[in-house]
Order: sequence, then structure tokens, then C-alpha cells
Amino acid sequence: MPKITMNINGRETSTEVENRTLLSTALRENLHLTGTHIGCDTSQCGACVVHVNGKAVKSCSVFAAELDGATVDTIEGQANADGSLNVIQQAFQDHHGLQCGFCTPGMVMSAAELLKVNPKPSEAEIRDYLEGNICRCTGYQGIVNAIMAASGQDVPSIAAE
Amino acid sequence: MPDGGIGAPTKRREDTRFLTGRGKYTDDFTPQNTSYCAFARSQVANGKINSVDMSAAAEMPGVLATFTGEDFVETGGNPAGWAIVSRDGEPMKEPKRPVLAHGKVRHVGDAYAAVVAETLEQALDAVEAIEADIEELDAVTDMASAVANAGSLVHDEIETNTCFDWGWIEDNRAATDDAIKAAPHVTTLELVNNRLVPNALEPRASIGEYDPGTGDYKLTTTSQNPHLSRLLIAAFVLGIPENKLTVYAPDVGGGFGSKIYHYSEEALVLAAAKKLGRPVKWTATRTESFLADAHGRDHVTKIELATETDGTFIAFRTETMANVGAYLSNFATVTPTFLHGTLMAGNYTVPNVYVNVKAVFTNTAPVDAYRGAGRPEATYSLERVIDKCARELGMDPVEIRRKNFIKKDQYPYASAAGLEYDSGDYDALMDGLEKTADLAGFETRRAESAKNGKLRGLGINAYIEACGIAPSNLVGILGARVGLYDAATVRVNPTGNISVMVGAHSHGQGHETAFPQIVADMLGVDPLSVDIVHGDTSKIPFGMGTYGSRSLAVCGSAVFRATEKIILKATAIAAHMLEDKPENIEFKDGVFTIKGTNKNVGFGDVALKAYIPHDYPIEDLEPGLEETAFYDPANFTYPSGAYASEVEVDPETGKVTICSMVALDDFGVVVNPMIVTGQVQGGLAQGIGQALLENSVYDENGQLLSGSLMDYAMPRADDLPNLVVDHSHATRCTHNPIGSKGCGEAGAIGSPPTIVNAVVDALVRGGHDVDHIDMPVSPSRVWAAMNK
Ligand code: FES
Ligand code: FES
Repeated sequence: MPKITMNINGRETSTEVENRTLLSTALRENLHLTGTHIGCDTSQCGACVVHVNGKAVKSCSVFAAELDGATVDTIEGQANADGSLNVIQQAFQDHHGLQCGFCTPGMVMSAAELLKVNPKPSEAEIRDYLEGNICRCTGYQGIVNAIMAASGQDVPSIAAE
Repeated sequence: MPDGGIGAPTKRREDTRFLTGRGKYTDDFTPQNTSYCAFARSQVANGKINSVDMSAAAEMPGVLATFTGEDFVETGGNPAGWAIVSRDGEPMKEPKRPVLAHGKVRHVGDAYAAVVAETLEQALDAVEAIEADIEELDAVTDMASAVANAGSLVHDEIETNTCFDWGWIEDNRAATDDAIKAAPHVTTLELVNNRLVPNALEPRASIGEYDPGTGDYKLTTTSQNPHLSRLLIAAFVLGIPENKLTVYAPDVGGGFGSKIYHYSEEALVLAAAKKLGRPVKWTATRTESFLADAHGRDHVTKIELATETDGTFIAFRTETMANVGAYLSNFATVTPTFLHGTLMAGNYTVPNVYVNVKAVFTNTAPVDAYRGAGRPEATYSLERVIDKCARELGMDPVEIRRKNFIKKDQYPYASAAGLEYDSGDYDALMDGLEKTADLAGFETRRAESAKNGKLRGLGINAYIEACGIAPSNLVGILGARVGLYDAATVRVNPTGNISVMVGAHSHGQGHETAFPQIVADMLGVDPLSVDIVHGDTSKIPFGMGTYGSRSLAVCGSAVFRATEKIILKATAIAAHMLEDKPENIEFKDGVFTIKGTNKNVGFGDVALKAYIPHDYPIEDLEPGLEETAFYDPANFTYPSGAYASEVEVDPETGKVTICSMVALDDFGVVVNPMIVTGQVQGGLAQGIGQALLENSVYDENGQLLSGSLMDYAMPRADDLPNLVVDHSHATRCTHNPIGSKGCGEAGAIGSPPTIVNAVVDALVRGGHDVDHIDMPVSPSRVWAAMNK
């Protein structure tokens, strides 16, 4: 089995994988980073989104063996250095952008990518960007509000809604 | 009162772990020495199993054990939770639902064999090596032919595909028939309530463990309802002594009904763990979820509404065929009957209601309760036929509803469908809706849409539902095989912080935040000093789990009652400490005071004293501060609402765009408005999904055509508008101590008729002669309706 080394959340990490092992499986099973979730087998749901070399990808659609030397960021590495929630995570909590929490890691990772390429997205741009992420719980309203808020834009506070 | 008590929009404490990847869902657990299970599932909808040869599979690398239906012939089956009696007095037909199919497979995805191996990949490879001779037989998938017994029987031994033919209320039948015959106006509508797949984002998963040293079993599983699973496995399926089985449901990634039930995979991993003496894990793929999770809805209904010429309702009469699929899932029988028929008077003063439901076996996946369970079906039928009736009589849809609403001074109100509604104010909700949704401004917006070549429509809807299904003595008379209460233990620890063990289990509802708000409010302590323990049968009192929007109204009431007992006991301890009588002590804001004095003692000191009773009058006062309450509700609760939506239809393509969605609900007392708002928004999305996008389609051979997220259209962010939610028009529930009614299903109940009413309205205003379009209201269906 090929041995690969990746920089995961800022740390060099080695593991052995089969050629057919998906990145999502390698993260969850080999490296015990279970924050990345698997919601489907057709690359439709986005629960497994992580960043590879700075870009958001569905980790269920890439082979780990191809990622020797890559930099991978997962939900476990998103909090601030002092352990507090980062701006996006905090906005999700403040605006009730999650319920069961299963889609949440993928949503946060997608939101981070969106705000990197478009720091002030409109509501329509957010909805359009989230095309690849399914949430079955929230009706997306809290998620959209959270991303607006994380980008510094005004959103009605949830209690007033 | 402390900050963050009842009514505060407290941010959810569970979010921190979910947002940092530290949530722990079933598949995140891999006990040491875990082995992996995979299932062989039928590729045909109906087939005779001539042989299943596991010998090649057993020889595959890493394979530890194999199982077929043969291994479970002596084992019990997964029972239906509710016995229904047909109109002629015959009990329902109840075929055995075995752990693995034996003799026959009855739907695509029906599991007939399983393999356990060292790795998941090895298990999957071994499943491929199973040599099964399964002879395909004609399948029956449509209900009309199933009822006519044209073609095949789903269960040979029961000689009919009709599970039951139920009437409600049978004594009303003749009067309803007569009233309809004599009525000046009758509106008739036939409609389909489309079959849905719940699709919680976390697929089902189960881990079985067995300790040969103690004989203890542990099942870690994706469950809304761990005690029910333990009871069913112990009493009906595997016969494991209940005290030897722990069922643990950790974080659960959504359920919407689909994780209420016990499934065979749970029994299989336990049996396999016993056989191997090591943990056995199974995690569903999304494809398996489509094939083998219980589906929802799937009714075909004819509804008639008889009225006076001025629109006064005289009678509702419905005939429904409800698909139960190939086997009876746990609540398959109560969903189309008592959860559906009893709501068929809606929010209206109508003297005659009669409901007939035939439940039908077909070669499809089992159908069971899905968000709303019976109430969406009832509301959809009623609110669609009322709209059609209004159009026929030339009345405004708001006006015809108002004319027939139960008025706020009529409570308690005995409905013609057999329920006693305790409180509500439907006119106030409609008043609020007219303002919030700006119904008066619709014409202007319609003209604007018309300029852009779009047909705009307005749909409104009122609903009532029944939550917190109860009380036990009543449901027992109606055929329930379980009681319907819930339980809570409040344990005040010596240092004054509090653990609350509850029977309800969260799959996204924020129990860890909301339940402490109740306790903190009552005890005058910081909510953060209160923690919730749930989901583990070895730690919590026997409880009934979370479904039917019952968490707060039923389990929350148990929490309330247990906390009352804590206050009573703590008052006795405080009296002892203050050297006075309990009746002279008052408790407020966390402090016990001798009335009329400033002699007092704080809650924390009382807690400590409870556990260090060195000077107790031990004959009169027990040590400790821990109390349990089982709460059995006196009645259902009756949330209600009024919804409006506006849509634009593109006449070129038939595509429907939702411009607005406004939901006003009466949930009684709201403990955490932020969570409640989120619950409604989630429900709205699922209802809009049903109305516009989602459909589970079998072909005539019983192949599931919509078997993945590529073919089943789940709503995505850009399919939905901004969702406007308002729950300020509340009337208190009169019979539970909190006054809450339940909110989790409302959105999924109220939104489908709202959307379809709006689409039909758009077409009619656009000059098309359209009465109805079945859900999902897809572009092709709309286009066909416009161009017929
Ligand atoms: S698990 Fe990767 S997209 Fe669904
Ligand atoms: S929070 Fe449950 S799927 Fe999004």
C-alpha cells in the first residue's frame, strides 16, 4: 500500500492507503478526523467538503493516494488559535445555521471558500454557490444568514424574525 | 429569573462541537477490533428465493461470518406498533417481517443475506461472491391493481394485498352520505400525496457489541428513539433480556421520522457480534438509504366537500388508498389512520366527517411516518378541496375559510372527526397573515410579474395538527401497543449543578439548550449549570424518544414535573436548615426564604446539605436530591397556522419559482424562539421539496427509478426563497404545565397545499382551465396542464 504524507491542518501526517481509498475515508478511518462527514455515494451532498491545496473539494471524489505532499484543511483545523470559533463558525451559531450538524462541516468549508473568492456575496450568490451542499434540516435560511453575517453584511437577528 | 430561561432565544450550546468537527455520530465510533457488515439486497421487486449459496463468499479473504434468512427462521419479526381493525371488525393483516428475507424477497433492496469481514471492502467483495438463485416474479407496485389482487400477492399467506379497510368515524358514515346527497353544492377532488424519501443527511448506521464475560449487548445506532428499539429487539425480535441490552444513540444527523423505527440491520449486527464475540459495524450508503429506509406519504385520495351555496361547510368525505409497501414498518398502520383521519375536520366547524382508508401492500419499500405523519396528508386534501370549492362558488379563499373557522370562544371544541381541540385562534392567524404577507398588495405584484411575461399566483392555507400523541389510555383503546408518555430525572449534584436525564432524543432540535432553559427558569439557576443526558438506555429513564413534535410538550412536561418535585423536596430541606416548617418557606429566584423574614438559604447550600445529611431528622427526610417524573398527557396538543406563498409560473416552460413564503404558527408557549424558527424553516423546506421537487418513483417492475441524489431532487439553497416565520400569535396549550404545543412538523404540513394552491391560482388567473396538478408540480406537469 502506498504511503502518503500530507500536511493536514498544519501538521505533517503520514498514512498508508490503498489505491482505491478515498480522501474522505483516509481522513475518517486512518486519521480519525471524523468531522468530515459522508452523506452520499454520488458526490451530491457536500457533507465531505475539505480544502485541498487551498481549494474546496468533495473529499469523497478524490483518491488519497494522489495527494502525497498536498495540504489539506478540514473542519478540525478551522477554529481560531485559542480554540474559539472562527468568524464563520461563530456566525453559524449566532444565526442558527445548523440543526443536526451533519452537513455543517461541509457547509463551513464551502462558506470559507466562497468568502475567499467573493468577500461580499449577495444572497443570490450565496444560494447559487451552495448548489453542491445539501442541508436537510435548516431550509438554508440560517445558513444563508450566517454567511451574510460572516461577510460583515447586515442580517436580521434571528429572534426578531 | 435567570438569563436564558423560558422564552429566551439562547444560542445552542451543542453547536460548538458540531461546528468544530467534534460531533460524534454513530459512524464516528469504531470500537477496538471492529469488523464490518455488508448486506446482499434484492435487485428484483418480487422473487422466489430458490437458493442462497454463501460458500464462495465465506471463502473470500477476511470473511468472518455469513448469514441468510435461514439463520433467523426461529427468530421473531419486527412488529407493527399499532393494531388497526377494519370496518367489518376483522383485524389488520400482519405478515411477519423477518430479520433477513426468507423464501421470498418483496421489494428492491430487501436484504436476504449478510457478510461480516475484517474490513468493509472485504465485506463488500464477499457480498459480490454470493450465489443467489432468485426467480423473478411479477411485481405489484400500483395500489389499484394491488387492491384488486390483479397480479401477485405480496404475502402468499394472507391472500389479499389489503392490509385493512378502516372507517372513521363509522357511526358518522350514514349521516355524512345523506348530508352529501342532500347538499346544494359538492366539490370533488382526486389527488396524489407523493411518495417521499426522508433523506436525513446522516445515513443510518449500527454497531453491535457483545461482552461474553457479562452477557451484555450494546447497540450504538442512529435512533430517534433508543428505548423503543431496545424494547422491540428484546420483546419481539431477538429475545435478548432487556436488562442485558443497552441501546445508545449518540449525535443523530437528522431523522424526520426515518430513525424512529427499529430496522433489521440493528438486529443483525447484534446477532453477528454475539456470534463473533467482537464489534460489528454497518453504515448505509445513500443508495441503501433510498432502497431500505422507510419512505413517507404515498396516498391516493378522493375527497368531497359538501357546502351550502354561501360556502358553509356541511360535510367532508374521503376515500384513501395508503401504500404501506412490502412490510409493516413500526408506525405504518397508525400514520394513515389515526394521525390522518382524526384531523379531517381541519380548523372548521363542519358537522359531518367520514374517512375511509385502505392500506395496501405492494412490492415497494415500507412506508412509515415522515415529518408530519398523516397530518400533511389530511391538510393537503382539505386545503386543496377548499380552494377548489371557493373557486366554484366564486368566493375568496380567505373568506371561505374564515366563514367556517372554529371561533376563539368555542374552545374546547369537539370536532366532527373525534378530537377535542383545547385552544386556538385561527382568525387571529389569518389577520396576521393578511398583514405579514401583504395579501392586499398581491394585485400590484401580479401586474409586475405579468409585465415580465410571468403568471403570478397566490396560495393561502390554514392548518391544524395534533402533536404529542396521547394519552396512553386512549391510544390503547385505539390499538397502540405502546404507552405514550415520557420521562425525566432531574439529578441535583452535591455541588449544585444539575444533570437532567430525558427520554426524548435530539436529532437536531437543540434539546441540550432548550430543556435546561425550563429547569433553570424554575430553579432560578444559570442554564449553563444544567446538562442534558439523553440517547442512552443505560442512563436515562424509560422514554419514548422524539417524533410527532412531542419533545417539549411531553418530555418537557416530564422535566417540568420532575423539577417541581425537586422544589418540593428542596423546600423540606431548606425548612430543616432554617428551622421552620416547609409551609412557611417560599422559593423564588433560587433562594428559599422564611415568609415575611429575610432568613434564607440558597439553592446551592440546600443541594450540598441534601448529600451531607449529618444532622437530618432521618425518619422524616431522606438524603439526596434527585426526582423522576413520568408524564402522560391528558390530550394531544393542537398547533395551528396560516401560510401564504406567491409563485411565478413561466408560461413558456412551466417552471415554478417561489417568490415568497410566509408562515404564521400558533405553537403555544415557545421556550426558545430561535430554535422554533429554525424548526419551521426546515419543515417549510421539506414541504416545498414535496410540492415542487421530490418524488419517489417505481417502474411497473418495481425498480426504484429515483434511487440516488442524482435522480431524487432534494431542495438546494437556490430552490428556496427567504422563509418568513412568525410564531407570535400564540394561544396557550391548556393541559400541559408548560403550555407548549409542538413545532417540528408544522412547516411540512402547511406548505405543500400553499404552494399547489398558488400554482393553480397562477394558471387560472392566466386564463387556463385547471383544477389541480399533482405534486411534485414539475415544469412538465405544469406545462401539460396549461397545454391540454
Ligand atoms: S459524501 Fe461527498 S458529496 Fe456526499
Ligand atoms: S443541519 Fe442537519 S443536514 Fe444540515
